[in-house]
Amino acid sequence: MGLFILRRLGVMILTALCLTFIVFFLTNLEPNLEKLAKTEASVRMTDDQVVTWRENRGFNQSIFIRYGEWLGVLPGYVIEGTDGVVRARCAPRGEDVATAPTYCGVMQGQWGFSSVFKDDVLNVVSNRLSLTGWLMLSVMLVMVPASLIIGILAGMKEGSKTDRTLSTFSILTTATPEYVSGVIFISVFTTTAVGLKWFNGSARSAMDDITFVNFTLPVMTIALYGIGYIARMTRASMTEVMTAQYIRTARLKGVSFRNIVIRHALRNALIAPFTVIMLQFPWLLNGVVIVETLFQYKGFGSALVEAAVGNDIDLLLGISVVSVVIVLTTQLISDIGYVFLNPRIRIS
Amino acid sequence: MDPLSWTGSLGTFLNPALLVLAAALILSALAQMVTSLFAAEQTLRSGPDGKLLARGGALGFFERSTGWLFFGLVLVVLGYIVGGVLMPYGKAGIIGLMAKQFLPVWIALLLTYALSIRFKRRLGLYGKLFDSTVGMIGFGIVMFWVYTALLAGGFGMISTHGALEQISGMKNAKPGSALSNEGLFPHYLLGGDNLARDVFSRMVLGSSVVIAIAPVATLFAFMVGITLGVPAGYYGGKLDTFLSFLANLILAFPVILLFYLLVTPEIRDTGIPSYMAAFLFAFPIVFFVVLLNSRYHTQPRKRNLRVGVVFAVLFWLYLSLLSQQGTPFNFLPGFPVDLFDIDAGLLTVFVSVVFVNSPTVFRIVRGLTMDIKTRDYVAAAQTRGEGPWYIMLWEILPNARGPLIVDFCLRIGYTTILLGTLGFFGLGLSPESADWGSTINEGRKLMQIYIHPALPPALALLSLVLGLNLLADGLREESLKD
Repeated sequence: MGLFILRRLGVMILTALCLTFIVFFLTNLEPNLEKLAKTEASVRMTDDQVVTWRENRGFNQSIFIRYGEWLGVLPGYVIEGTDGVVRARCAPRGEDVATAPTYCGVMQGQWGFSSVFKDDVLNVVSNRLSLTGWLMLSVMLVMVPASLIIGILAGMKEGSKTDRTLSTFSILTTATPEYVSGVIFISVFTTTAVGLKWFNGSARSAMDDITFVNFTLPVMTIALYGIGYIARMTRASMTEVMTAQYIRTARLKGVSFRNIVIRHALRNALIAPFTVIMLQFPWLLNGVVIVETLFQYKGFGSALVEAAVGNDIDLLLGISVVSVVIVLTTQLISDIGYVFLNPRIRIS
Repeated sequence: MDPLSWTGSLGTFLNPALLVLAAALILSALAQMVTSLFAAEQTLRSGPDGKLLARGGALGFFERSTGWLFFGLVLVVLGYIVGGVLMPYGKAGIIGLMAKQFLPVWIALLLTYALSIRFKRRLGLYGKLFDSTVGMIGFGIVMFWVYTALLAGGFGMISTHGALEQISGMKNAKPGSALSNEGLFPHYLLGGDNLARDVFSRMVLGSSVVIAIAPVATLFAFMVGITLGVPAGYYGGKLDTFLSFLANLILAFPVILLFYLLVTPEIRDTGIPSYMAAFLFAFPIVFFVVLLNSRYHTQPRKRNLRVGVVFAVLFWLYLSLLSQQGTPFNFLPGFPVDLFDIDAGLLTVFVSVVFVNSPTVFRIVRGLTMDIKTRDYVAAAQTRGEGPWYIMLWEILPNARGPLIVDFCLRIGYTTILLGTLGFFGLGLSPESADWGSTINEGRKLMQIYIHPALPPALALLSLVLGLNLLADGLREESLKD
């Protein structure tokens, strides 16, 4: 078990390094840097000025060295510029170069400075992440019980009318991406055209104070898309368990149907959905970006959009680090949890 | 011309009928679900004449009533469509006029269904689809949009106005508003959008963008996934470890971040999408050449001919697909051999959708291959001394086709959703494009005041993806029956 986790951790770190390097590479491409120079300094820079601007700020080193500096395993650059000013990576915005530390990267907790929000990336990311955390938590609280109940009810009698109805419902929700259900929800529940003004069409006020009125629609929009998928997986797992030999034995012994479902089938049927729910996190991240844009909730997802639109390299890197870590951690948890939950694997 | 109401004179008796039936259906279905939880179990019983008896009691009653109510509801909906087609212009309201505009699609659908059901026993898996209700409904919805896309995009039918045609005074006009201009189609059926364009026509024409990109992109993703997944599953070992690592790498990326990184104009300037296109589009060539070579390598003359022709045609298509002004690949400047040019934005969208989809296909194909390679017929082929590629592509792949076809349908739906996501964030395709994602994005900005520009494309996208999911379900059900 220990070796298994260790190996998984190793692969995880390698994946994280590769992914962040890809993001680093794509955000630091030539045209992006030119755009950065022009937004940071002056829009009317000549090509030569752009080149010196970049030289003075260490952007002309090889991409691997700069990735190492960003990561914090290589010493940050100290460059005496053509204009006579000494600039160092670790002494931004007029701090003294002499006292600056040698290493300053992600590993030292220096995530850089967001050019869009004019704040430390670490601050932006942690603020935004806590807002999104509430959203994710509410989504999980709605999505997991709802989908498990639907899946179990549908899977316990395969082919029954209940199964048909609930399966149709889950197919319908998997066919409704967030931007479609969000638009439908907003038009039905918030506008004067339909007239049911039950909820708020914007979740902006939920950033300070979460209420039923302003938070229901965003949560339902994300949850709905996941419900169908998890319910279908639960149903598949439930029908498989219900045809197993030991269930038939229990029925022949005369155990009531309700007891069979609750005491015999349920425990084994819930192993597979656990993995699925954990692997649903990358999806939630996606849904979060769409829903936060649609409902103007300034969380992690909308930070991603703003950073990408504003070409905020440091913030984009920070966001990708966080999301990659979230995705990989949930994968790891789902692997380990599967081993723990499944007695056949656990005991052997 | 007067503005139209939703249902016109048809509505006077069909609307109340629709409401009553729908309410009764929902109640009956709920009652049926609740009673089924408590009803005693009942086995099938037959009467004295040998016929099966219907289920008695409350559950039996609700089951029958749900069935009849559903049938009634379908009749009412058909009434709207048939009434709309038959009644003179404007008498059957907006719904009727839309039904009339879609008349070519209805005819095409009727023909398809009549022919397919007539010959369904000779049509293999496709024919079997018509044994399953779910499959038939799904196929119907999908074909509805396919025919709409073909007839609207190819022949200029169905849509009432142009996708970019702006008519003054129709900005944010309500559904059914009349035009003041003479000579044009006299109404905006689903109203006008923020730029005074017809929402109905944009929805109809948007279908051709989606139907043109989604299946082809999915096909390419399948080519990449199959070409890499089959050997990974068959050989295993280092190759498998390496390819699986790459696939997981792409899958761990949040899709939207990837889109934002790949589909910006700055990245397009560096030519990265073109290089990726060069890489990804090479897979079909590799696939078909290896496929034919492994089959005919014992008959060199036949092999040379077939492989040569296929390679030449595909390579020509490949070159003309890539070669374009202003990209790193400009092999055939102004030369008539360059068959077609693809808009740079479209190419980027296409490439990123293929790129995001192929790792999942890879994983599915790899899993299927690992399962199938333990079968006896694979061992028999190995004993016969067949080459590994022959076994992979002619023994394993055909036997994996069932799950792959099902997944293909699901994945087209998923690709449609991805395209919508790209449009929703205004990435890639031009903002004027009529595709559903972009139209939803435009419409949502004024959502609080005008809901009619955003809803039609949203519902269209929903119905297409739903149709594809139902179709996949029907196919899965029927292919399991073998």
